Amino acid sequence: MLKVAQPDRPDVLTWVFLGLGLLLLPVGLYLALSAPPDVNQGYLARIMYLHVPGAWLGYLAFFVTFLYSLLYLFRQNPRYDRVALASAEVGLVFMGLALVTGMLWARPTWGVYWTWEPRLTTTAILFAVYVGYFLLRGAIEDPELRAKAAAAVGILGFINVPISYMSVKWWRSLHQTQSIDLTTGKIHMDPAMLQALLFNLFVFTLLYLGFVRFRSLLAALEARKEEA
Amino acid sequence: MRAKYLVGLLVILGALAYLIFGGLGQNLVYFLTPSEYLQDQARYQNRPVRLGGLVKEGTVRYDRDQLELRFILTDGVAEVPVVHKGTPPGMFKEGQGVVVEGRFQGDHFQGTNLLVKHSETYQAPKAGWTPEEVRKLIEEAK
Repeated sequence: MLKVAQPDRPDVLTWVFLGLGLLLLPVGLYLALSAPPDVNQGYLARIMYLHVPGAWLGYLAFFVTFLYSLLYLFRQNPRYDRVALASAEVGLVFMGLALVTGMLWARPTWGVYWTWEPRLTTTAILFAVYVGYFLLRGAIEDPELRAKAAAAVGILGFINVPISYMSVKWWRSLHQTQSIDLTTGKIHMDPAMLQALLFNLFVFTLLYLGFVRFRSLLAALEARKEEA
Repeated sequence: MRAKYLVGLLVILGALAYLIFGGLGQNLVYFLTPSEYLQDQARYQNRPVRLGGLVKEGTVRYDRDQLELRFILTDGVAEVPVVHKGTPPGMFKEGQGVVVEGRFQGDHFQGTNLLVKHSETYQAPKAGWTPEEVRKLIEEAK
């Protein structure tokens, strides 16, 4: 097998993602704060520009973890395990952001911070599963066994993502259905708000890519130290 | 050896899918509609339930001194008079979707918690709005 050179610094692409993401973050914030208020919710609707990207990246990150967990099980390459780990970690942070902003949004609109309705419950379970993912990783010392067990959780945990996404349609819930509905392609949003939201989704995705690449590198450095 | 893991995975996936799409789905109903409730009252007797529906236009009465909110909850078929202690949430208004937690007491539904269900549609105020109008809008939405 070819020995791939092991970098000890982030590559150009990582810096591009991180740099561009951080640079555009204030622009996204500006767009979010200058977007028009909603007829019913007023300026409260602006929390959407944080809430939706958070949830989107949680879903995306857990999907990437799912993919790399599968790859790891089939190829046994530790690199795949490290990407799965990095993505789960970043995803957990973004999902936490979605939960917190969701609660802050729910109090003034619904009237409560939290209620056990389908979307919220499935998201809470999703969050708990990936907390479990890290507990499991911390509990197993043998790197190979650790990676295998983590991959199993990474694959099984992902099942909850489509369930969570579809929960507002499958079950009667308090949470509104998707404003940008990927299953029907319908968009229930003012163009000015949509632009601001899409821009923020883009910026957050850039940051996600940068974070995952950076975290994967850190994990690689850790693994090298563990071996030595 | 790989195959063994895959079989295990499939079994767990199948079990989960059964749980979710089988019986579990029916128990995940977050709220009942008034007509569902009225059709099967015996089943929900003396149990706390959540009723969901629209606030019927022209039926909202709010007593500021007693902090008592009365309105009629409708799903278009059945109607239930609701009495709720406390101030209405900011986004509460006529025609709005709401979920009321509580239980039936005599002729009315006694609410203990009132939740407002807002739609997935986000719309800016119509063109030509003045800052004053927006301010009013914000104050109403508060």
